[in-house]
Amino acid sequence: MRFWFILFCFVASLSVALAEEPPVAKASTASFNPDISLILSGGYAQLSNDPDRYALPGFMLGAETGPGTRGLSLAESELVMSANVDDLFYGYFMASIAPDNSISVEEAAVETRGLAEGITLRVGRFYSGIGYLNTQHPHAWDFADVPLAYRAFLANRYADDGVQLRWVAPADVFVEFGAEWFRGQNYPAGGAANNGQGAASAFVHAGGDVGDSHAWRSGLSYLRAQALGRESGAIDTAPDAFSGDSQVAIADFVWKWSPHGNATQTNFKLQAEYLWRKEDGNFTADVNGILGPAVSDAYRATQSGWYVQTVYQFMPQWRAGLRYDQLRPGDIQAGANAALFDTGGHTPRRASVMLDWSRSEFSRVRLQLSSDHSQPDTDSQVFVQYIMSLGAHGAHAF
Amino acid sequence: MHKYILLAVLGVLFMAPAQAALKVFTCEPEWMALVQELGGAQVTVASATTALQDPHHIEARPSLIAKTRQADLLVCTGAGLEAGWLPPLLRTAGNARVQPGQPGYFEAASAVPLLEVQTRADRAEGDVHPEGNPHLHLDARNFARVAEQLAARLKQLDPANAAHYSTRYTDFAHRWQTALVRWEREAAPLKGMPVVYHHRSWVYLAHWLGLKEVNVLEPKPGLPPTAAHLTQLLAQLKVQPARAIVRSAYEDGRADAWLSERAQIPALVLPYTVGAEGADDLFKLFEITIARLKEAAR
Repeated sequence: MRFWFILFCFVASLSVALAEEPPVAKASTASFNPDISLILSGGYAQLSNDPDRYALPGFMLGAETGPGTRGLSLAESELVMSANVDDLFYGYFMASIAPDNSISVEEAAVETRGLAEGITLRVGRFYSGIGYLNTQHPHAWDFADVPLAYRAFLANRYADDGVQLRWVAPADVFVEFGAEWFRGQNYPAGGAANNGQGAASAFVHAGGDVGDSHAWRSGLSYLRAQALGRESGAIDTAPDAFSGDSQVAIADFVWKWSPHGNATQTNFKLQAEYLWRKEDGNFTADVNGILGPAVSDAYRATQSGWYVQTVYQFMPQWRAGLRYDQLRPGDIQAGANAALFDTGGHTPRRASVMLDWSRSEFSRVRLQLSSDHSQPDTDSQVFVQYIMSLGAHGAHAF
Repeated sequence: MHKYILLAVLGVLFMAPAQAALKVFTCEPEWMALVQELGGAQVTVASATTALQDPHHIEARPSLIAKTRQADLLVCTGAGLEAGWLPPLLRTAGNARVQPGQPGYFEAASAVPLLEVQTRADRAEGDVHPEGNPHLHLDARNFARVAEQLAARLKQLDPANAAHYSTRYTDFAHRWQTALVRWEREAAPLKGMPVVYHHRSWVYLAHWLGLKEVNVLEPKPGLPPTAAHLTQLLAQLKVQPARAIVRSAYEDGRADAWLSERAQIPALVLPYTVGAEGADDLFKLFEITIARLKEAAR
């Protein structure tokens, strides 16, 4: 009831805002250097299950994973600045200001502007190039949250401090190779193992057009991360810890259609990814011994997950989307901790539908309904979300 | 024997780039047509967009990255027209030759005076380009200005064929000048013709031919026409009649048809660029545009 009232108020205020003449603001400069943009985002969530007790049976959940908070809340505000440093370097910076007023540097990287024949070198902190969704900022997501496989295997995304080298082959079909070396601080790595060189990845992307109306991109990625005391579970109160090897492999595919390549009126996007992860090491439940004595034993698991999503813009400004995602907990050998990873045969899965409206390419309001079977008892979720971008014209990758 | 075959294969592989023409990649088809006029057989040219695509909204597709990667020269409009898709292409392709500031990067907007340069940048005014209105190619005189600088750039990048580009430029400039005189004479009756635009793509054409803008279907640049705005427009047209509603081939014509039917004025589809509505080259682009406007003005 309260939700519908809020939605009504929101739509009512929108229509009032649209009817009124826009306020006039003055800008002293017509162009910005560096380009600065700010993403404002927030919304409303109605969750039938308590999000504080969220768990994915059979998986170690990293920090800040889960369906979020109930009710009205601000989402992360993203502040982005970017510019060419000089003729050789380009730099960009993205800070995320969380609703609890904490600021985190999401990305701060410098890359070369055409070093040599198709080679680009990037250093700093950045979203790893593995997978398809991993490089997208939350404001570019087509759904309010990431697929369960990204939540379970990458704690939403893998980003870390490191170096990236990419090479685009001189071919008529797009072929790109990339390799990365990371500090290994963040999930699925942890503890900056191996003297702060705890993770490495490699990926290959290919893509092209089929006629005027179709375009595709596909990729294969592999990440090998070392975890050293990687925290999971109840991180704020009684965290568990994992130390060992984590290997992630991703296959991704994206296909986009628009009539004659003109996406303004209608367009369609199909996106699917398969993630696989193998972990081998040692798991310690309640590593600080807060709830009782810490139990440590060998841990070994091979798990996988996938999702398929489609988004259809059926008329200008309006898009509808469908997503299905599923995880396979697989065979988990956790010795003395086996009970903690007992899934009872449950397969985490979720189905979501979304509808969004964009007044211009700088604003978006979204309604998403999900039936989340992450746990045996189904969570019925309603999300209302707004994403607004101020400042420099954002440009998005394919 | 195998050694000779290998040598022959290697020879072909290494010979090919030496003989290859200058690879030009253009953002819009009008610049592809101009490069073909100026470069002839000495260049290979491809365009990132077609006449059926809205150059404001293009996906930074993998195929475009592959083409950017291989280009020796990138020819774009600039003035923010490609702001939503060109930067990711340039960043991903890793091609040093075509980065802004390099000789391999050419912006038509730098060669001509821009109209509607904004003194303030406010998104409440829609998707405005503070640098100025980017649809500069619809003033045919601008092609003469752009062609001169583009020919100089081709010569700079491919000095071995400088004489070839000079000859072709002189020939094009002469033909264009003759055509300009003809078009301006033919379009003389269009002076003062009141028109409604779908999008503000026609500002340069109006500036050149003296068309008079009554209003625009889009309530704000980049926003699709709304019922409220169309109703208001219909009322305005009763008092201040127009002779045509003009849109490009890539724009949706439903709002135009709605207004056309009620206001009893023709809805025109103009080629806007090369590759639509029978406009096979730059000359046809303006011939067809002027012919259709004259037909509506009768």
